[in-house]
Amino acid sequence: MLNWLRLGIAEPTRIIDISRLDGLDQIEALAGGGLKIGALTHLNDVAQHALVMRDYPVLSQAILNAASPQLRNLATIGGNLLQKTRCAYFRAEEELPCNKREPGSGCSALHGINDNHAIFGWTEDCVATQPSDPAVALAALDAVIVTAHSSGGRRIPAAEFHLLPDTRPEAHNVLQHGELVTAIELPAPAPRSAYLKVRERESYEYAIVAAAAVLEMNGRTIRRAGLALGSVALRPWRLIAAEEQLAGADIGDRDALSAAIEQSFVEARPLSQNAYKIELAKNAALRAIEKAARMPS
Amino acid sequence: MNFHDRHLLRLRVNGEDHSLSDLDPRVTLLDLLRERLQLTGTKKGCNFGECGACTVHLDGQRVNACMILAVSAEGREVTTIEGLANGNALHPVQQAFIDHDGFQCGFCTPGQVMSAAALIEEGHTSSDAEIREWMSGNLCRCSAYPQIVEAVRAAAGRASQ
Amino acid sequence: MMISQPVSRTDGRVKVTGCARYAADYSAADLLHAVLVTATIPVGRVTSIAVDDALAEKGVVRVLTHEDMPKFGRFTSPRPGADTEAPEGPPVAQSFMPMQGDEIRHEGQPVAIVLGGTLEAAEAGAHRVRLHYERGDAELPVAADWTAIDKAAVEPKESGFLFVEPTFSKGEIDDGLANAAATVEAVYLQPSRHHNAMEPSATLAEWNDSELTLHDATKHVYGVRQVLAARMNIPVEKVRVISRHTGGGFGGKGWIWPHQVLAAAAARITGRPVRLALSRANAYSCLGYQPRMAQKIVLAADRSGKLTAMQQDVVNLTTVTDDFVEFATEASKGLYATPAMRLRQRVERAHVAMPTPMRAPVEGPGTWALESAMDELAHRLVIDPLDLRLVSHADTDPATGRPWSSKKLREAYEEGARLFGWRERPREPQRDGDWLIGYGMATCSMGCFRNPTPAAEVRLHRDGTVLVRTGTQDIGTGTLTIFPQIAADVLGLPMEKVELEMGDTQLPEAGPTYGSSSTKGVGAAVLAAAEDARSQLARLANLLPYKVEMQDGHIRRKGVAGGQTIADVMHHTDVGEVIGSGSFDPAQHGKGLAMRTFGAIFMEVGVDPGLGLLRLRRAVGSYSAGRIINPRTARSQMTGGIIWGWGMAAMEQSKHEPMLGRFLSKNLSGVAIPVNADIPGDIIIHFVDEVDEHASPIGGKGIGELGATGVAAAVANAVFDATGKRIRELPITPEKLL
Repeated sequence: MLNWLRLGIAEPTRIIDISRLDGLDQIEALAGGGLKIGALTHLNDVAQHALVMRDYPVLSQAILNAASPQLRNLATIGGNLLQKTRCAYFRAEEELPCNKREPGSGCSALHGINDNHAIFGWTEDCVATQPSDPAVALAALDAVIVTAHSSGGRRIPAAEFHLLPDTRPEAHNVLQHGELVTAIELPAPAPRSAYLKVRERESYEYAIVAAAAVLEMNGRTIRRAGLALGSVALRPWRLIAAEEQLAGADIGDRDALSAAIEQSFVEARPLSQNAYKIELAKNAALRAIEKAARMPS
Repeated sequence: MNFHDRHLLRLRVNGEDHSLSDLDPRVTLLDLLRERLQLTGTKKGCNFGECGACTVHLDGQRVNACMILAVSAEGREVTTIEGLANGNALHPVQQAFIDHDGFQCGFCTPGQVMSAAALIEEGHTSSDAEIREWMSGNLCRCSAYPQIVEAVRAAAGRASQ
Repeated sequence: MMISQPVSRTDGRVKVTGCARYAADYSAADLLHAVLVTATIPVGRVTSIAVDDALAEKGVVRVLTHEDMPKFGRFTSPRPGADTEAPEGPPVAQSFMPMQGDEIRHEGQPVAIVLGGTLEAAEAGAHRVRLHYERGDAELPVAADWTAIDKAAVEPKESGFLFVEPTFSKGEIDDGLANAAATVEAVYLQPSRHHNAMEPSATLAEWNDSELTLHDATKHVYGVRQVLAARMNIPVEKVRVISRHTGGGFGGKGWIWPHQVLAAAAARITGRPVRLALSRANAYSCLGYQPRMAQKIVLAADRSGKLTAMQQDVVNLTTVTDDFVEFATEASKGLYATPAMRLRQRVERAHVAMPTPMRAPVEGPGTWALESAMDELAHRLVIDPLDLRLVSHADTDPATGRPWSSKKLREAYEEGARLFGWRERPREPQRDGDWLIGYGMATCSMGCFRNPTPAAEVRLHRDGTVLVRTGTQDIGTGTLTIFPQIAADVLGLPMEKVELEMGDTQLPEAGPTYGSSSTKGVGAAVLAAAEDARSQLARLANLLPYKVEMQDGHIRRKGVAGGQTIADVMHHTDVGEVIGSGSFDPAQHGKGLAMRTFGAIFMEVGVDPGLGLLRLRRAVGSYSAGRIINPRTARSQMTGGIIWGWGMAAMEQSKHEPMLGRFLSKNLSGVAIPVNADIPGDIIIHFVDEVDEHASPIGGKGIGELGATGVAAAVANAVFDATGKRIRELPITPEKLL
């Protein structure tokens, strides 16, 4: 948020410090399975919580792959979901043509440098991606974002929290004015889950592509799969078609897994410089599935 | 909060209570330390949370001081590099950085040392790989990275793996 | 004996406690904070600068534009016989001074300065300055491929940055090509890259009547003084520059940039001290960078691998004002015995910010291309890459035929290969899970830059303490420790008796801290000054200066036990201190000899072809660089150099935005540099036992940049070994490895 001020991305007249609101930084088990994570829980505390590590390794791994240890001590899980794109044009220290910064000013990346931009769900208005690591894990987990508002709160599926640019390219997420994220609810434990992040340097860097896989297994057979990709679209990208075809597949049958993943890439569309991300994303999805399968159940 | 309001801020820095009046709400904890309290050991390398040179401890946890508005540190306890040693006796991490040549130009060093001291408290020292990962929030362009890992390992009291 | 001992850094305590002060750590009463407003277009004119909103911001004191600025003076070299009409060159970083008119020549160029009583006010004010432009026709960098670059390339014109003839040839290139059993012809590309020192440059300027004092982040206090005096039209004696510690140089703080001048001008105009700490974004357009380069190389060799011809055509990006030439061909001139060479340097001019040297200049880019091509040639001839290099080992300087001052490259190869296990490496494809393992090597080399004529003073006090004074700078290379070591060694005193004062124009002039030149140059001056002090003490003790030695606080005739204490000698002669002075004149050393440092880098990398990942697994650097004064600091410096090279190979690039004429990202999250997790602990540094007394009386000849050479090629060669993919464009990022 401070960086938005510095860059002129946000010019608020008031800032409200919500960090001391009571009761929003707790992690508690939900009756009937599942976990409720207060929105103000710091990232490191979520990732290193015993229940998160045991039951939701995909989330723990995603968080520990995000930012740096210092930043994870400051950042909250709720705040992380609200982060804006890392598109270099959007983040520039001077305002450049960008529909997210100034609606109607155009998208510099569309015909500019877009080697790390979207391969799914982009429009000519915006080809950026959502950079959050935890969001990808939450989408794969079918988590729910719980919000509060003076007119009542909402429960938003994590995979639908962020907005694609097809309606209002300047918006990042579905939150309304005055709406506050209060908690994230995770469904039943997903011990066979894993996160994979691809980046040129080993740490403290945003993903080129990330993949979250959540598996339910029956021996070597996949019973159900949740798959989401990060840094490929303006929202964590669920691979629904792949998930459907994965049900019943043998985890050792790489060809079958790849064929399933392929189903979700029919809708992939490269930009001028990022066709490589399509292959990379397919491979990352496959690796994430295999990594998840190796997790102890 | 209006940007032209002025705030009163109380916080504890290196064991000393400070009460600052007339504080511009835009002042970051980093600039407060450097410009108001003359604690210039904490460095400004990027001012965007991208380098770790400004790492301090806030209520015992390592954080980037450039990413915190000073007013939000009301009532908190801050430890900077100037407050890490016990009088003349260096903190074990400081001594280890000297012993293992864990720096060159020294500009990122206060942040590295503060990060390392916290890392050891956090217990992220089970392997060199873990140290490397948990020290990756502090860039060092002289690239003293291997020596930093040696220093952290030594300060944590571990033998070489 | 202190020389060659792994002495712990004398600056350890101040640096781990936060007490070491860098330029931006200084303050002054009544300080004004300066924030730059910079151009957002690459070429044109500023037609108006609306400052009212900025001035309305509480705490903003003044907004300066070109209309407020004095006419800055021209810099001419103070060296005797210097051509006063010649184009400006170092220590000036660029001849174009912004804010002398409405002209814009590159994006990011300063066009206004907002001054505030607080940093917050100045920053808010800077956001509110509105610029209006008349855009010019921008010449922007062409696409990064040889055809486009070759077409855009021109011969460099006369420039202050054209240090060597842009072309060189020897022998009959056509014969060499005709006689070859194998040839390699390839183009190697590298992007623009920034220094990204952790300390963004900063200057605190303060006037006292007509005298100017600067606290500056610089590698050359005397250079700052000369340029500031020229620009401000005042005598050099009126300028004092202080730089106790500089937070990383790597080239970006070597020459003097406009911001230092602008800070001084702002302070003079307002009559208040001004601190201008550049933002990280400013650092991308105001401090230079290593420019984008393309190199076309042709190597030809006979069946045994002996080179028969070498052809190289280099093009680097530069500004429309100064032709900065990145002399990659210098590496080719000095590395291998070749009967025929044809080398050419050209430039591609564009409306971009000014490039500047960056660790390692010249041979850094040069070895990337040449050492990649050598590997390609080795594979074509089915010769081990190390053997290919041995076959064409240059026993004398290939370009001039001169003998070397010293060269132990064969030993460096051999000892490095042994430490790495190069000869025993597996030749079949290696796998470790998803990782393909590869091995690569390259030759390292740097020219032996010797700066004339650094001076130092060594004051020996009656109580046996010593003060070394020299106007050089600390950038972390170890000189704060090495110079006291040298003095302690000569004067037979323990380290703790020696103090060192550096980084101030009130100290003897000692030149810049770049070009790997400090130890051999300033170190030699300290050596001479310490010897002078010892000689003076000898005379006081009625001993023949050249027959004395000093040990444990005593001076005595060599080989004779006992002797007199320093205190006694001075007491009896009623002398409080002796002041030795010394300097190093490179013209007096190594006449007629060719000088270079050498080495070999061996690397093991892992490539995950499914995810396009490249990771470093281990490395051995083995060097022939003369005497190593402090093996401890030297090891750190070489390790840092290898990691620097790893960054160049694996991730670093500052992309030129093709439409906007700016660097795409001007921040450390948009531009990757290595982090701790990228670097394995298994990096071995080895120095061949060597003393080169021709290069410098100290016996050393410079290491700061040597470690960064060869690395990018060794990595690409290892990637080829792992994957069979020859990558000729840096950095080696995932899209190239999939």
